Amino acid sequence: MSSRFVAIWFPDLVSEGMIRRRPQLKDKLFVVAAPEHGRMRITAVCAGVRRQGVYAGMTVADARTLVADIQVLDDAPALPGQLLTGLGYWCIRYTPTVATDLPDGLVLDATGCTHLWGGEAAYVEAIQSCLQALGYTTRIAMAGTVGAARALARYGQRQITVTPPGEEKPAILPLPPAALRLETAVTERLQKLGLCTIGHFINMERSVLRRRFGLGLLNRIDQALGWKEEPLLPLQPVEPFLERLPCPEPVVTRTGIEIALQQLLHTLCERLVKEGRGLCKAVFKACRVDGEIQQIAIGTHLPSCQPTHLFKLFELKIDQVAPGPGIELFLLEAPKVEKTRIAQGVLWNHGGFNDNRLAELLDRLTGKLGSGIVHRYLPDEHYWPERSFKEAASLTEQPVTGWRDDRPRPLRLLRIPEPVEVAAPVPDYPPIHFRHKGQLHTIKKADGPERIEAEWWIAEGEHRDYYVVEDETGARYWLFRLGHYAGNKPCQWYLHGYFA
Amino acid sequence: MDGVQRNIIAHLQRDILRLQGQSPAAKQLAGKVNLGPVLNAFPYKVFPTGAVHEYITDTPAATAATAGFVAGILNGMMRHSGPCIWISPDRVVFPPGLRSFGLSPDRILFVNAGKKKDLCWAMETCLQMDGLSAVVGELPDLDFTASRRLQLAVEKSGVTGFVLRQKSPNLHPTACVSRWQITPLASYCPEDLPGVGLPCWRVELLKIRGGKPGSWQLFWVDDAFRALQDAATDMASIPLRKIS
Repeated sequence: MSSRFVAIWFPDLVSEGMIRRRPQLKDKLFVVAAPEHGRMRITAVCAGVRRQGVYAGMTVADARTLVADIQVLDDAPALPGQLLTGLGYWCIRYTPTVATDLPDGLVLDATGCTHLWGGEAAYVEAIQSCLQALGYTTRIAMAGTVGAARALARYGQRQITVTPPGEEKPAILPLPPAALRLETAVTERLQKLGLCTIGHFINMERSVLRRRFGLGLLNRIDQALGWKEEPLLPLQPVEPFLERLPCPEPVVTRTGIEIALQQLLHTLCERLVKEGRGLCKAVFKACRVDGEIQQIAIGTHLPSCQPTHLFKLFELKIDQVAPGPGIELFLLEAPKVEKTRIAQGVLWNHGGFNDNRLAELLDRLTGKLGSGIVHRYLPDEHYWPERSFKEAASLTEQPVTGWRDDRPRPLRLLRIPEPVEVAAPVPDYPPIHFRHKGQLHTIKKADGPERIEAEWWIAEGEHRDYYVVEDETGARYWLFRLGHYAGNKPCQWYLHGYFA
Repeated sequence: MDGVQRNIIAHLQRDILRLQGQSPAAKQLAGKVNLGPVLNAFPYKVFPTGAVHEYITDTPAATAATAGFVAGILNGMMRHSGPCIWISPDRVVFPPGLRSFGLSPDRILFVNAGKKKDLCWAMETCLQMDGLSAVVGELPDLDFTASRRLQLAVEKSGVTGFVLRQKSPNLHPTACVSRWQITPLASYCPEDLPGVGLPCWRVELLKIRGGKPGSWQLFWVDDAFRALQDAATDMASIPLRKIS
C-alpha cells in the first residue's frame, strides 16, 4: 500500500487558540505582539483586524493608525507548540501516527485509515469540519509524501486538496519555491533568477541545482516527490516492550527473584504472542531499596516467546543479581523484538538447522559461556587455506558455492604455521626429513608440490608450495616452503596441518 | 533343549545391556555406520549409538588420525540424522578437510570454550538435546563423575557422544561404553602407486561393554572403512572413477 499523508495548516493558530482559551475575546479586535528592538511588533492578528489591513510583522503603532480601538495581547512563544500538541492528541482519533509541524501545522500519516471514513475526500472533510467546530480555520491537503502535502496545504488554491497517489509532481509544479521549506537565502536567490514556481527549475540538471543552490534544495525536491524517506516523529511513540513488577516488601531471596522473573516473562510473552513477535534481547533489571540497579541480559538466536526457554536462559545468570538490602521493583525490557517465523513441520529434510530446539540449545551455550563461541563455517572462494572458509552469519545461511574436495586438505590445521628444519637437497622435491619440536621425522612417502599464491589483492606475501608427506610411523603432515628457491639463502619450511 | 537355553541366555544378555543403559541402535541409524570387521566386536553386531565413546590420543598426529576415524563414523550417522556439534578448546579442525570423509562441514557447529569445566558442561548440555546426531568433544581429561554425567545425558536423549582425550599415565576407569586408541599407519597405495595413498589406521578397541575388544588395521576408501588385510580384493571391487 502506498503511503498517504495529510498536512493540516492553521493560518490563524495563535489568535484562534487564544479565542478558544478566552471566549470573551471572540468578537473583539486584537493583535498579539512581542517587543523587538524597542518596538512592539505584531506576531499574530485576529481575522477581524486582518480584514482592515493589519498583518503580522507590522508594528503596533502602525496598526493603531488603521484600527483605533485595538487590544494588544502579550505573545507567549511556547503557545503554538502547546496548541499543536493538544490538537495532535485530538487528531489521534483519525490515525495513530500524528506529528506536529511547528510553527503552525500538523502532519498525519493516514495510510490505511481513510476507508473507515468512506474515502479520502470524506476523511479530509471530516477532519476539517470537526476542526471548524472547535473554532480553527484550516487548509488541508492529502498527498503521497509529507513534503507535497505540506506544500499544497499552505500554497494550494483550495481549502481542501486531495492529490491522487503518484501525481505529486504535477500538483506542486505551479507552487512557489517557498512551498518546499527552503532556507530564506535560497528562496531569494531563486526569486532573483526569475524562477518563481517549482515547475521552473524542478526539471533542471541535478548537478546544476546542487552547484547553485546547495544540497538542501535537492533534498527537499526528493522528499516532496517521494524519492527520499521523510521520517515523522509521532506524538505518541509506539509502546516499548517493558513490564514492571513493584514489590510490596523488598525481595532478598533467590526464590523471590525467580518468581518475579517468571511473572514478568509470562506477561511479556503473552503480549508478544498476541502481536506475533518474539524477543531477541531481553534485559531484567532489579531496582534495590538503596537505589542501586542490578541487571542481567540475555540474547537468543531466533526470536522467541517461550517463557520457559527464556527463564532457562536467565536462570544461568540469576546469581549475578545481588539483592543487597532488598529489591523493590523488577523491570523486564525487550529492546530488540522481531517477527516470529511461522513454525513449519520439517517432513523430508532431516535435521536441518531450522529446529527451534537447536536455537534454544545454542542460546543456553552462548548465555553461559559468552557470545562468539559457536561457529558455523561456509566455503569461501579462495585457495589460500586460511581464507578457504568463512564464518556463517546465521544458522540458516546456505553455502553459495560447494566445498572443494579435489585437492588433499588436512583434517587439522594449525592456526599459525610452525617453522620446521628440513633437509631438502633437491630443489622442488619434497624433503628427506624434517625436525619439528626437536623430533626428527623421516619422510617415506610424499605428494606435491601444490603451489598456492597469496592473493596479492588481499594481502601481500610470498606463495607457498605445499607437500603432503608421511613419516616412518605413518603420520601424515602438510608442509610448505615459503617463496622461491634462492641459491644463496636457505628457504624456510613450515608445518601447517595434520592429515588423518 | 539346547536351543531353548541359548534363547534364554541371549534374552538375559539383552536385558543386562539394557540395564547398563545400552539400547539397540535407533532404527534410522541401524546398520548405517559401516565399520567393516570391527562390527563383530559389538553387541548385536551394530555400532552402539546413544552412548559415549572414549578415544585416547597422545601425539597431534594421532589426534588427527582419531578425528579422521570419528569423522568416518559421523559420515554414516549424519546422512540420516540431524546436525553435529564439535566441541574443542580452540579452532583446530579445518572445515574443508572434513570433506574428504564425505561430511558437509556446514552441517557441523563448532563450539570453542577455553576452560575444562566449560567444555564438560557444554558437552553435557549438547548431549541432552535429542535432535542432534552426535556430539564430539575434545576434552583434556575425563574423570569418572564427568563421564557418568555424560552417560546419563545420552541415556535420555539417544545422542551419540565421542570424547577425544589426551593419554595420561594413569587412566581412570570411566562410565563410557568403549575405549579406543587410533594410531596412524603407513598409507595404503593400491598397486604400489607412488605418493601418499589412502589413510590407514591401527584401530584398537581396548574396552567395550558387552563385546569383545580387539585390534584391526583399517583404511578409508569410497566412504567406508575396510580391512587392510583384504585391501587387494576390496579395491578390485570398487569401480574406477574419474577424478577431476
